[in-house]
Amino acid sequence: MFHLFRRKKKRSEPAGPDRGILVFENTTEVIRAETVLQEQGWEIKVKGPPPGLRSGCDLVIEFPLIEELSIIRKLSEDGIKPLQVVPVNSVLLEPVDLLQIKEYGKYLMVRAANMKITVDRETRLIVNLSGGGCPDVPYLAEQMVSRSLDNAPQPREVGYTLCAYALQIAFDRVVELCSA
Amino acid sequence: MLGLVGTIPEESFPLTCGRTLLKEGQIHLENRSIAVNRGTPALIAAAAETLNYLGSSAPFCYLVGDIGSGEGSKQLYKHLTAGIRESSFTTLALHYFQPDVALFKEMLQEIRAMAVQPTLIADAGFMYVAKMGGDAAHFDLFTPDAGELAYLADEEAPHPFYTRGFILHDHNEVPDLIERAYRHNNAAAFLLVKGASDYLANKDGILAKIDQPKEEVLEAIGGTGDTLTGIVSALIATGMEIEEAAVRAARVNRLAGLYAKPTPATQIDELIKQIPRALSEVLSDNERNKTGEESGAV
Repeated sequence: MFHLFRRKKKRSEPAGPDRGILVFENTTEVIRAETVLQEQGWEIKVKGPPPGLRSGCDLVIEFPLIEELSIIRKLSEDGIKPLQVVPVNSVLLEPVDLLQIKEYGKYLMVRAANMKITVDRETRLIVNLSGGGCPDVPYLAEQMVSRSLDNAPQPREVGYTLCAYALQIAFDRVVELCSA
Repeated sequence: MLGLVGTIPEESFPLTCGRTLLKEGQIHLENRSIAVNRGTPALIAAAAETLNYLGSSAPFCYLVGDIGSGEGSKQLYKHLTAGIRESSFTTLALHYFQPDVALFKEMLQEIRAMAVQPTLIADAGFMYVAKMGGDAAHFDLFTPDAGELAYLADEEAPHPFYTRGFILHDHNEVPDLIERAYRHNNAAAFLLVKGASDYLANKDGILAKIDQPKEEVLEAIGGTGDTLTGIVSALIATGMEIEEAAVRAARVNRLAGLYAKPTPATQIDELIKQIPRALSEVLSDNERNKTGEESGAV
């Protein structure tokens, strides 16, 4: 039986006219930009692009439009260049926020959307990754399986796609559960 | 002839096409060897084991290295767009790949221009992009798991990452999600949904439910969906009807899982080794145990 957990976050509301979105070449760039901007304390959110900007495996960053110049400057200092900066004019999609947790004796499996991670709670070893469909999933499995939660690379560090992002959400939750 | 398309998790692996040979736990293709692990290598190995058991020729594979940047996938999209029209595959299974709607549509247009339409199967990234681009109905079979089925059922989600919580929630039963996926034209002609129970469905509803043998831990093992897709693709390529192939493949995959004596830490190569034994059992039942008599068939 799965246990369901919703991630703690505010209820989704339509973005106001004071919000803009940064569009990047690929998800890796989004993850890099998110890291840089969050470290600087900006109030940003990673979301799905509006229909007119979707091409495949996409994420965008929603940001306070008024701070566009300073955000672009900071990203530029870090060698990150968005493809487009546009105001928000439609409701943006929210990333998955419902996690499913299953126990198999000493093993714990957490699923976020299409990605699953399984850990041996006694040893903290990652014993399996499953699900997903983007090409970095098998690569992430090679990098993470048989490694400890404490020294495995995080999906956001080595992944590129939305599957990696979903796996990061599951990874964060499994770390939290194994530290409790 | 069975064609398989997918990616290898190695950045330097060049675009390579040819018939594969499965030998001593490695896939051999054009002077290269590939470890059998989750993802497209598991699909290839399962298909190769199945075809070998049935005395059919090995699958023809189109592979490229891609660790998520999408560069390898772009190369292979373009390669297939340029040449797939002239091929003569009877069955084509599309697997781990970077979703790119524009490149995918160009490639699909060429597949649809083939003189004889192959049975078209998609899983993983290719299933995502087919739904993302509104092209699911051009496919004969999708093989989603529970999370991916919820994605197919969510008419607004462009990727499983954006599946809305009220659809992803466990209170939604598989048959309801299947019905919703078909209602919004986001499913292939057949869906083989893998999970604690496997379901075969089409637009009219559930055709079969396969829930024996039961090994709950298979869900945690990376690659069990890939092997199922590989087995069903191979069975279809030998001429079996999709409905029968799907039910047989689900049984073979579950039996191979059982024979592997799995724990959540088991790796997929252990299951693949058991496929011939499982095929032997399931296919020897072929004449006396037709599709409708499968365990749990509805």
